[in-house]
Amino acid sequence: MPDLVWFVTRRLFAALLVMLALSLAVYLVFYAIPADPAHLACGKPCTPDRLEQARHFMQLDQSTLQQYLSFLKGVFAGRTFGDGTAAVHCNAPCFGYSFPLARPVTTLILDRLPVTASIAIGAAILWLLFGVSLGVIAALNRGHFLDRLAIGVALVGVSTPSFLLGLLAILVFGFWLNMVPVNGYVPFTESPVDWAWHLITPWIVLAILQAASYIRLTRSQMLEELNLDYITTARAKGAGESRVVLTHGLRGVLVPVVTLFGLDLGGLLGGAILTEKVFSMQGLGDLLITAVGSLDVAVVVGVTLFSAFLIILANLVVDIVHGVLDPRVSHG
Amino acid sequence: MSSSVAGTVSPTRQAMRRLRRDRSARVGVVLVVGLIVVAAAAPLLVRLAGQDATTYHIDLLDPNRGNAPAGALGGISGTHWFGVEPLTGRDLFSIVVLGLRTSLTIAVVVTVITTVVGTLAGISAAYFGGWYDAVMSRLLDFLFGFPQLVFMIALGIIIPARFPRWLLLILVLSFFGWAGLARLIRNQARSLVAREFVEAARSVGSSGWMVITRELLPNLLGPVLVIATLAIPGYVGTEAALSFLGVGVPPPTPSLGRSISDSIAWVYTGADPWFLLFPGTVLFLAVLGFTLVGDGVRDAFDVRLRRTS
Repeated sequence: MPDLVWFVTRRLFAALLVMLALSLAVYLVFYAIPADPAHLACGKPCTPDRLEQARHFMQLDQSTLQQYLSFLKGVFAGRTFGDGTAAVHCNAPCFGYSFPLARPVTTLILDRLPVTASIAIGAAILWLLFGVSLGVIAALNRGHFLDRLAIGVALVGVSTPSFLLGLLAILVFGFWLNMVPVNGYVPFTESPVDWAWHLITPWIVLAILQAASYIRLTRSQMLEELNLDYITTARAKGAGESRVVLTHGLRGVLVPVVTLFGLDLGGLLGGAILTEKVFSMQGLGDLLITAVGSLDVAVVVGVTLFSAFLIILANLVVDIVHGVLDPRVSHG
Repeated sequence: MSSSVAGTVSPTRQAMRRLRRDRSARVGVVLVVGLIVVAAAAPLLVRLAGQDATTYHIDLLDPNRGNAPAGALGGISGTHWFGVEPLTGRDLFSIVVLGLRTSLTIAVVVTVITTVVGTLAGISAAYFGGWYDAVMSRLLDFLFGFPQLVFMIALGIIIPARFPRWLLLILVLSFFGWAGLARLIRNQARSLVAREFVEAARSVGSSGWMVITRELLPNLLGPVLVIATLAIPGYVGTEAALSFLGVGVPPPTPSLGRSISDSIAWVYTGADPWFLLFPGTVLFLAVLGFTLVGDGVRDAFDVRLRRTS
């Protein structure tokens, strides 16, 4: 066990370093922006005096490094722009302040996060279940109809862009068959049933696409696993076929599946953003795209950093699960 | 590697033979070659159809149906082979084939760049090892876990409007794309570096560059080819996704992703599904074709992954 504690500590530390390096890189890149956010805020006519005032208020007159340090401070302790009655507070964790929208970036993100998270988490659960079980079924029926069907589903899944399949699903199930809602998002707190009902198509679409690589991986891994000596031993000792498959075979499949899932996390967020647009749901992707259009740098930096943090965090969890599942990882 | 023995066939030729026998790979090759010919000849085909991608044909729209194309199947006719775009009446065939040309060009250029950069980075990391390898591995980890799509969208804000978008797309896709190839090549090359023939080349005083290009590279051609072919459909898809989100190639350059994005409203109401189906099918066929070829090349070259059933 101490090995595992040491492993987790090391991973935590590494993740923290990556987060710091990443936030600095993102900050430097995005504050090289040629369009001056203060210019947009100062209105027309923009006298040099007022521009200077706006720059000072938005703390853009500080050096980039100074701005970065205030940003970091804001994340942990919050920050305040300006002073007196005009002061604007941004409570910790403050990921910046959007002057055009007059709201802290953290609030903006938290408002939109449930939409993106609902899509992503639901789809991930579905595709893990769907992908692994289809892969196992394919491996057990190797060469037969079900195997071919699973390989076919996997091929279509790999070859179809998510937005295309999403729109086709809307056309067929939403419009022609009129079975599911065409678009829109209903908050979970408003009506859990409507929430799930509106999300069912996006979930299935994303799950089918992503499940493809899991079907392929599970199938080949399972085939390899079932040929190993210890499986033969288990069979020879009289273990039932379902026991052999579920307890012995599946364990060998889990580690590569967890590895693949860790690599897919970055794509999961991207897939959710594309899906949002297809189904007209206003999530993080919409917030980001709108901010790019209106040159709202604070929101763009905030959303980028926030998604990067999410992925680093999720990768950390995957790493630790990996270490628990496969002791070789944490010892090595 | 017993190709020196008389009567045996080189591994590359064996692989090509396996590839020719693979039925789904043949389907893929037909699709890919067909689409590349269409894309290359797109301006010619458009002229042959007597159309262009910019002229409005308002007279072909049905104002009673919200300016959807008049007539069946999205307004297909002898002059408009894929019908016309709703709202504008622009020729959809021209838009689709010219859009395909844009997508394939970007995907192929990015694949060439990432293949060269990724291969060199991977081989050099494996060959030199030490701190260089350690730094490279960290960098790859970093690029892997990165929310690439988010970053690609976000970059739109700092790039001035006068900077050509197609060039930006190529640069951004390449920047994130080489990492996957570099990691796979590095792992493959590491097992080669310890082999006798590399040791022998080093002991007779070959420079690092010589060992990399003369000894390591020829032995890695198979994996490089496999990974590069499998990467193309990914870039076609990502380019389309970025254009779909409105941060890809800007109008008036036709783009499959943007057409599909424009079709959303017409799909919701069901007024003109053909506006989705034509560009969508072409995009699907392009990705499918390259995937089939990539799978075939992988099966033919990569012994470990070769189909056993």
